[in-house]
This record gives sequence, structure tokens and C-alpha cells, in this order.
Amino acid sequence: MTAGGTRQLQYRVAMREAMREALLADERVFLMGEDVGAYGGCFAVSLGLFEEFGPERIRDTPLSELAFVGAGIGAALGGMRPIVEIMTVNFSLLALDQILNNAATLSHMSGGQFAIPLVIRIPTGGGRQLAAQHSHSLEGWYAHIPGLRVLAPATVEDARGMLAPALADPNPVLIFEHVLLYNVEEEVPLEPATVDIASAAIRRGGRDVSLITYGGSLPLVLEAAAELATAGIDAEVIDLRVLRPLDERTVLESVTRTHRAVVVDEGWRSGSLSAEISARIMERAFFDLDAPVQRICSVEVPVPYAQQLEEAARPRASEVVRVARALVEGRPVDG
Amino acid sequence: MTSPSIDRDHAVQLMREMTRIRRFEEKCAELYSAGKIRGFLHLYVGEEAIATGVMRALEADDAVVATYREHGHALARGINANALMAEMYGRVEGVSHGRGGSMHVFDAATRFYGGNAIVGGGLPLAVGLALADKMQGRNRVTACFFGEGAIAEGAFHESMNLAAVWQLPVLFCCENNLYAMGTALARSESETDLVLKAAAFDVAAWPVDGMDVLAVEQHARRAVDVVRAGSGPVFLELRTYRFRAHSMYDPDRYRGREEIEHWRERDPLVTFPASMPDFLDQATLDGIERDVAAEIEAAIAFAEAGSLEAAADLERFVTMDRVPS
Repeated sequence: MTAGGTRQLQYRVAMREAMREALLADERVFLMGEDVGAYGGCFAVSLGLFEEFGPERIRDTPLSELAFVGAGIGAALGGMRPIVEIMTVNFSLLALDQILNNAATLSHMSGGQFAIPLVIRIPTGGGRQLAAQHSHSLEGWYAHIPGLRVLAPATVEDARGMLAPALADPNPVLIFEHVLLYNVEEEVPLEPATVDIASAAIRRGGRDVSLITYGGSLPLVLEAAAELATAGIDAEVIDLRVLRPLDERTVLESVTRTHRAVVVDEGWRSGSLSAEISARIMERAFFDLDAPVQRICSVEVPVPYAQQLEEAARPRASEVVRVARALVEGRPVDG
Repeated sequence: MTSPSIDRDHAVQLMREMTRIRRFEEKCAELYSAGKIRGFLHLYVGEEAIATGVMRALEADDAVVATYREHGHALARGINANALMAEMYGRVEGVSHGRGGSMHVFDAATRFYGGNAIVGGGLPLAVGLALADKMQGRNRVTACFFGEGAIAEGAFHESMNLAAVWQLPVLFCCENNLYAMGTALARSESETDLVLKAAAFDVAAWPVDGMDVLAVEQHARRAVDVVRAGSGPVFLELRTYRFRAHSMYDPDRYRGREEIEHWRERDPLVTFPASMPDFLDQATLDGIERDVAAEIEAAIAFAEAGSLEAAADLERFVTMDRVPS
């Protein structure tokens, strides 16, 4: 790409541009959620949209996650294309009944009479000292649920490009936006590229070890890969992008080439997405492995406020480097 | 009892609808005992006047959201008895392809959105359906049925508020049968006047005798007019009683015989024809019973002859390829 063909774009602005484009393109699209309008969005993602599109289409809701997520489902049934923003992933639990028992279920339970073309955007993850009720990574729970598509844009280009196909999907799509990514700026094509919402992406090719991650952990994994390169280790970095349905093939093909895998997941280890990835590698690529699959996850504590404790709870690049090196060098990981 | 201000056809239609619902469900109870119908089965017996009266006030393109006690609503809304019975049997020909069963009746053709078995779970959906209508400039009403037990759920309060603050065309129909499964209203609510609760959201609300089918129809028409005029939601408390237990599993230990007998004296299938003997004489009632019996026998035959979906199709409809038109 030539310099003239690209521009600097912030993740937050990319998401805003994608929403603006969708609002302009389709009258059925509207945004609703807590403080998405007059306030401009808790993370300023929707800043300016209220002024441009008005209170009907940029709809401030009461603090009623259950009702406004359910209303999004009903509006989708009624022919609209709602984008619902839930302020943070912990608050999504207040709407979990509607997400699981209605959004993910109605198509099947009705024998295919109805579809739910609904997009729910949810900020997720820690790293901002917001403590134990605003910092968790619960996207793995949602990835457990049949009937949902779960996306985790980790790059600015994906933040810009995933919304349109998500809105075109006749099924409910959850988009998890890691709060540490909002300020990230990256070079993107001037013309927004079409991105798919079906496959994982290889963010860095490599031969020695597959580092498998998604969302907010991608930057630290890329940092680890760069450091491993200085030690002569060629790591491949896979960004899952789509947490449900999983693009198993890209993962398995990578592991078949590198023979080693480290899964990095900000969720808690027990019953996590990382456990799912690891299990699938064991099931399908066991005989291609030179070493046991390793996982780097958040420590199993409610995320604490104090900076050094929060940092200790979250996956770190140094740990990815340490574990990947041990694998490649054939040393015990815990040694 | 409201004074009869209706013609003969109207009286016969109301009686026929209530009789269909009663006899259909009595047959379902038999089929349940015979093992033909499984899962949970929640009967509406005693409450028929509500669905019968409210549905008459709705237009064909209005929407209905109901609960797991929804056979009556489905029949009164015009869902075919064959497809409903086939659903009870878990057959492909069932209204929800056998995937829903008794608690999850769905029908796109009549805009019937369930069949929701999470108490209060349908209220936010109704708000959203109404929001879609308002945003698209369609003059339609969404009628949302729920029991008084749902009043204890946050979903009730959140949905009432949202519908009121956005002035959405929802008709909230609270069927107050006095018991949330086995828990009496006074044992679970500090304020037992449900109209007061609705009024707290600045929503027009009033009580209706849910055992009087003419009163239900009259009040539902009045309420639908208000909703359709764009004056925001209306809440009706429809006072009723279920004559049978909560479900087929319920031993009904929490209610006295006397109380049940007292309410049975108000059975709309008895009081309504008694109030208009000129229109609903014995010969007319016998004719209705014969027609209804034939319809139900045909529904059972249809369900019995229905096919079982192959397990290979299990994962159909988990996700959709397109939005059905």
C-alpha cells in the first residue's frame, strides 16, 4: 500500500465511522444503549452521532439492560437492524437472560420462523484499574452459546470493517471491544476494506510456535513475537477474530506447521475459550505436536484495583516469551 | 355481568372460542396422562374469557407475545388447532416444527411471538416489537400477556418504564390469577394492587373482570383504541383464576377447595350462556360442543399422523441463512 492510500485511524473512531456508515446506508439501523446519545458514549465511541442522527436513531436508554437488550431483539423481529451498546461486559450479565433465552434461541425454538438480525456491542477486558465489576473478559461465556456469532476485533481495520457484515448477518452478533484498544491508532487503507466475520487471521507468519490469541491480547502477543524474533525464534501469531463459530482450520493448519501452540486468553483459565482451543488442538492435531499445548490466562481472581495487582492478574508479554521459548527449546515450561 | 348488547352471532362466536379452548385443553390433559404429550403442560382452564375477549380487539397485523400458558391465546389468535396439537406431539407439522412444545408456540403468519417460558421474558420483546412499529410509522399494536407473577420480575418494571418513556404502542395484559405457581400474591408482593404499580409508570391502567368475556372485549377495545391512537401503552389487570393446578406436576396444595369452588361459580363457560339464554340455548350450545369435538378429534388425528423430524435435522435453524420474509 502506498503512503497516499492509507491513513491513521483510531480504533474508537473506526467503530464510530462504521456505525455512521451503517446509519447512512440503512434507515432500519439505529443505536441504543446507556449514554450513547447526549453524553456521546461512555467510551466516546458514538460521539457526534446524536447530533447528526437525532434522538430517534441514537437512543439513550434508562439503566435497564434487560429491557433494552430485549427491546433490541423485539425490534429486530419487527424489521429493524438495531445496534445495542452495553456499557461494559459485566453489565451484560443483567441482560444475559434476553441474550441466551431469546436472542440465541428464538430461531430454533420457533422452527426457523424468525431471525434476529441484531448487533450487540460490548466493551470488555481490564487494564484500566476499573476493578472487579468493570474489567472482566467474559466473551468466552458467550462463545459457549449456539445461535450467537461472537466477534473480537483486535485491529483498527477489523473495528472499521466488522460492523457492516455483522449487521448483514440474519443472526445475533456480539462484538467485543477491548477497552485498551480504543486509543490504538493504526495505518489503514483510505477506502475501508471489506472484512469477513468467519475466519481467523495470521497476523505474523512463523515456523517455530503458534501463538493463538484474540482481542485485547493481540498487541502483547505481537510484542512477544517481536522479542522472540530477537532470540531467533520465529513465532506465528493467530488472531482468532471470530470466537464463535471458531475457525478451527486456521488454528490446526498453523499448529501442523509449527508443532507447538501457546494460547493467550484474558479470560480466566478454568472453562475458558483457551481450554476450548487447546482441546480442539488435542483432538485434531495431537500427533503433530512436539510439546503439550500451553495456556496463558488471567489469574483466577476478581480483577483488583491496585495497578501492580491488576497487572499481575493479566497475561503479560514477558510470560508469553518465557513459555514460548521453553517450548521451542524443549525445556520444561515450569522449570 | 355486562348487559348483553351484542347480537346472536357475536355471542355464538365468543362461546365457541371459549369452548374450543376449554375442550382442547381438557383433551390435552387426557393425552398428557396417556403419555402422548410430554414435558410441561400449563392449562388455561378458567381463564378463557381473557384470550377470547382481547384477541377480538386486535387486527390481523397486530402482534401477540404470550407466556408458557398460551394454548388459549394461540387458538383465539387463529392458530390452526391441527398445527397446535401437532406441536404438543412434537411433530414436524407442529406450529414450531416440534422444537417448542406446549410452552413455545410461535406463528409468523399471525404474528404470534411465543410462548415464552421465562417469567417476564416476553415483555422486553413486546417493547421492541412496538418500537419497531413506531420507528417505521406503522400503526400496529403489540399485545403482551403475562401473569401477575411477572410483576415481581425486574423485566416488568424495566419494560413498563421503557414503553412509557418512549410512548410505545404496547397493550400490557396482566392475567392476575392470584398465584405465581403456588405463591399467593399477598405472600410475594408488598403492594397487591397491580393497577397502582402500573400507574406508577404514568401508564393508563385499570382492572377488568377477567371472568366476564364481554367486559374483557369491551375494555380491550377501549385500551387498543388508546394504544393505537399513539397515546402510549395501556395496562389491563385482568382478574381471573385458573381452575386447575399450575401444571400437570402440581399437587395444588396451596389453595383451598372452597376457594376453587367459589371461583368455579364464575366459570365463563357457565355464566356467559346463562346471561343470554335467547342466543345461547341448549341446542346452540350442543351444536358448538359437537363442532368443537369434531375439530379436536381432527387435530388429534392430524397430530397422530404427523411425522417425526430426523435427528439429522437437529441443528437446523440454530442460525438462519436469511431473515424470513
